[in-house]
Amino acid sequence: MSYVEIRDLHKTYDTRGEALEVLKGIDLSVERGEIYGIIGFSGAGKSTLARCINRLETPDGGSVKVGGVDILALSKSELLQERRKIGMVFQNFNLFDSRTVYRNIAYPLEVSGFPKDKIRERVLETAELVGLSDKLGAYPGGLSGGQKQRVGIARALVNKPELLLSDEATSALDPQTTIQILDLLKEINKKAGITILMITHELDAIRYSCNRMAVLEEGKIIEEGTVAGIFNNPQSRTGDLFAKVFAEFQNISLTEGAGI
Amino acid sequence: MSLLDSSLWEVIVASFSPDIWKELITPIGETLYMTVISSLIVLVFGVLLGIFLTVTSPDGLLPLTVPYVTAGWIINVLRSLPQMVMIILMIPVARLIFGKSYGTNACIIAIAASCIPMYARIVESSLLEIGKGKIEAAKSIGSTNAQIIAKVILPETLPGLIRGFTVAVISVISMTALAGMFGAGGIGDIAVRFGYQRFQHDRLFACVYILVILVQITQGIGNLISNRILRKRNLL
Repeated sequence: MSYVEIRDLHKTYDTRGEALEVLKGIDLSVERGEIYGIIGFSGAGKSTLARCINRLETPDGGSVKVGGVDILALSKSELLQERRKIGMVFQNFNLFDSRTVYRNIAYPLEVSGFPKDKIRERVLETAELVGLSDKLGAYPGGLSGGQKQRVGIARALVNKPELLLSDEATSALDPQTTIQILDLLKEINKKAGITILMITHELDAIRYSCNRMAVLEEGKIIEEGTVAGIFNNPQSRTGDLFAKVFAEFQNISLTEGAGI
Repeated sequence: MSLLDSSLWEVIVASFSPDIWKELITPIGETLYMTVISSLIVLVFGVLLGIFLTVTSPDGLLPLTVPYVTAGWIINVLRSLPQMVMIILMIPVARLIFGKSYGTNACIIAIAASCIPMYARIVESSLLEIGKGKIEAAKSIGSTNAQIIAKVILPETLPGLIRGFTVAVISVISMTALAGMFGAGGIGDIAVRFGYQRFQHDRLFACVYILVILVQITQGIGNLISNRILRKRNLL
């Protein structure tokens, strides 16, 4: 069985009496230790899909299993425990401005009730991993976008999760910083063996980091497979479109050395 | 000294005479006492009520329609009463609690009844200003609702809460002055008894100075603290 297994997932939003079906039966399998990309235009349901995995959104139907645990069957307190094993990084970082970098990273451990000395040890270790050891006393307000996302990643990693949900983690960053953050994610994946589900609308990010990917369009997965397979031989309209955009992009940026 | 038989300048000069200020020491103490005690009560209950409103609102951490609507309705009713009407309404309540319907303590009840709902609304709107993303992040980390309130929402919105509290304290000060008319003592009492009933405008002016200074100091402290926090967080 795959590490993350999603079967026939449905989600409909009810906005003022008008039903909006965002996920229309998603099937997805992510293997342990891989970086799996989910790409789609905005409004395709990518973020909703990610939020169904840690139940920030409650799906209307289907099943979500992470490491064999049926996420949708968990009680409230079990869900809190399970969420601590699933890290999440966000496009807008969502750091706590009232806390220093140190205390941002320490937050998940505080919540889990770790003793102070253990927290210190873990925070220092994680900060070193993401390259923030010299910024621990700073407040997020004074950091650059890339540094903020490093804090976000450290905060998601400090609880030693097995799964990391990356919701457009690099979409608010400039190209150079994007590469650095993607490198960091790859390094984490390699070193700690953390499975990463990368939600993005950026082709680059997927091609640069992922082993396998799925193309999401209007709440359905219209294509699924290895990254190379989809780019070289797209079967769907969106996949085709992405591949075309990518081909053009490739001609511009790769030759000019964006570092990919 | 009165404006009826003296020039404005003479009254102003007289308003700084040591005799007047000596007599004002006790009233100033009473006003400060009422302001401090009332403000603390308003702070505690206003924050609690504000949190309750935020948490139980339809988009809150724990949506509870009936308690939310009921609390909102009670707050709106209390807020629609002018401060003077509130003081009159609270007379029997004060008698029930303190055994007498006038005096400094009796007035604190009226002030609390009037200012708690106001500050609760300010707290509510401050708390709602927190980005949804931060709460989502806290949830994704596995925080309980209590942890989200205590460790995320309150610290994140602290500067706004302080600025709102400044507004509430100023409102409390103005209400202590009004309460002076109803036997609460303090600066308002002097202003009414001497400034209004006996045309002693020099004393009235002295009362005005004190109130202006009190409000300025309050606003200044509020701005100072909230800006200092924002600057420390690199948000200013």
